Amino acid sequence: MNNADNVSIRLERCARTFEDGTRALEATDLTIQAGETIVFLGPSGCGKTTTLRLVAGLDEPDVGGKVWFGDEDVTAIPIERRNVGMVFQSYALFPNMSVEENVAYGLRVRKVPADQRELRVQESLEMMHITDLANRRIDQLSGGQRQRVALARAIAPRPRVLLLDEPLTALDAKLRENLRVEIDRLLRSLGITTVYVTHDQGEAMALGDRIAVMDKGRIAQIGTPEEIYRAPANAFVADFIGTMNRLFGRVENNSLVFPGGRVNWSGPPPAAGLMFRPEDLQLAAPGSGNFTAQVVSAFFLGDHVRLVLDAGAPDFFIARVFERRTFAKGETLEFTLNPHTLVSLEK
Amino acid sequence: MQASIKKPRRSPLFWAQLAFTLTVCAFLIVPVFMSMTAGVTLNYMTGVSGGLTTQWVEKVLTDYRGPIVLSLELAIACLLCTLLLGIPAAYVLAKRQNAFTRAIEELLVMPVAVPGIATALALIVTYGGLGGFRTSWLFILVGHVLFTLPFMVRSVLAVMSSIDLKTLEEGARSLGANFTQRFFGIILPNCRSGIIAGSLMVVTLSLGEFNMTLLLHTPLTQTLPVGLADTYASLRLEVGSAYTLVFFVIIVPLLIAMQWASNAVSQRKRI
Repeated sequence: MNNADNVSIRLERCARTFEDGTRALEATDLTIQAGETIVFLGPSGCGKTTTLRLVAGLDEPDVGGKVWFGDEDVTAIPIERRNVGMVFQSYALFPNMSVEENVAYGLRVRKVPADQRELRVQESLEMMHITDLANRRIDQLSGGQRQRVALARAIAPRPRVLLLDEPLTALDAKLRENLRVEIDRLLRSLGITTVYVTHDQGEAMALGDRIAVMDKGRIAQIGTPEEIYRAPANAFVADFIGTMNRLFGRVENNSLVFPGGRVNWSGPPPAAGLMFRPEDLQLAAPGSGNFTAQVVSAFFLGDHVRLVLDAGAPDFFIARVFERRTFAKGETLEFTLNPHTLVSLEK
Repeated sequence: MQASIKKPRRSPLFWAQLAFTLTVCAFLIVPVFMSMTAGVTLNYMTGVSGGLTTQWVEKVLTDYRGPIVLSLELAIACLLCTLLLGIPAAYVLAKRQNAFTRAIEELLVMPVAVPGIATALALIVTYGGLGGFRTSWLFILVGHVLFTLPFMVRSVLAVMSSIDLKTLEEGARSLGANFTQRFFGIILPNCRSGIIAGSLMVVTLSLGEFNMTLLLHTPLTQTLPVGLADTYASLRLEVGSAYTLVFFVIIVPLLIAMQWASNAVSQRKRI
């Protein structure tokens, strides 16, 4: 499929207040590059779906806000004339139509000639590997199949923008994993500008070129998955994405000192503590580590062991270790912590 | 695994309940059956043994052709009106759920709760002065629409509330469908079971409506049930019974279809 029609999306001072006065989205500026996949990630009520609906044209921003598709101001254009494709958490497939008729619907209402329509329907069905389901009724499909149909239906009219609102949330874990890979393949091959909303960070990391982490109607941080994970901009992002350990102590001789040991650190002790990820702790041979800690509990999780450690820092640390050995409760272990992996935040 | 399965013994209570049920059924069905057979006997007093005839049925079909045709026309006109008014009303009520629409929903049911005679009197007091209107069949139509509309609205609304109307419409909008395309291509087909159930209900109620029509009709706008009362009051019992027979032949298939449609609706809901 061609991607010549790809557009960038720009939100300009877009806020959204509901009829009951709830402020769902604070004034937000955001530019999404043409062909980019951006993921809105956050807890429920953070404003991610609200933002998606503004981009879709299902809702309008408060007065003063503008939505741009490329050079075109689409703020006042409703969704039916924005030429977007949308996938809903509840699929929103039409029960009165077969799979094929569902996929053809967008082309039919746009009065695409029958021969061309047929071609594009087949193309979309093939892309989602559901050609053999073409004549099924919707109530004969499983959840995963339904979402494939919904994706095929959304891309069939070749929209300028693809919008996905928690498309995998209603599916079970195994299916979610499969379909995530499928969606990734689809987005890469279409190269279409995509906005994806989810509360699942695994999905966000896997699919997003960039992730916009949202909190209380604001974008808390926007960046590549790696930036979000390695260099969180604030405590909310640090705690929301993955697991973050916090280390408190006093600074002396270019070190942060705590009862279990010390790590290299210059400058004042950060207010929110020094942070690091569980996988950045390495088991060390006795006498060669930065600090010692007692095992509080150990969980064998197959490929790794999750340790809860007490190093008097004063919170417990979480560590992921890959050594093939068993850990006893109360055992004393020694760890190294690379100072380059430390994150310090003022708020 | 040697234990043989014994047939459960029916308790005496079961037989008592069965007898009671059969008695009640007989009490309800026998008069209907009697009335229908009376319509095809030569003489009601001598019963079936006196011989069978179709003369009464033929007499009804010739003498009361007018009321029968009028009733069928009224039912169809009433159906068209309730479809045109009821489906859009149900759509708005389903989409905008607030105190105002809930009040409207309650008010719509008023003509069912208020005795038909009271509604008819109110119509006569208000519009009785409009001579041409008062004497035309349209006057009866207004009464029938008032009475049957809530059944159409409720039936369609029940289906609309059971499907996710909002998301379906948003899905259609995202694919470029304007309101007309959505309404006829998505909303109506997915409410079909409710529309069919409502339609059968409206036709049946309109055909059988007596209370209100008795006051609203004129000698020239007699309907099927009013004609039935007329035959029993003024003609031989056999003619009245033959009339009942004709009425049954028209209404029973509708009732069966209605039952079938409402089963289809409840099955849909379970999915």
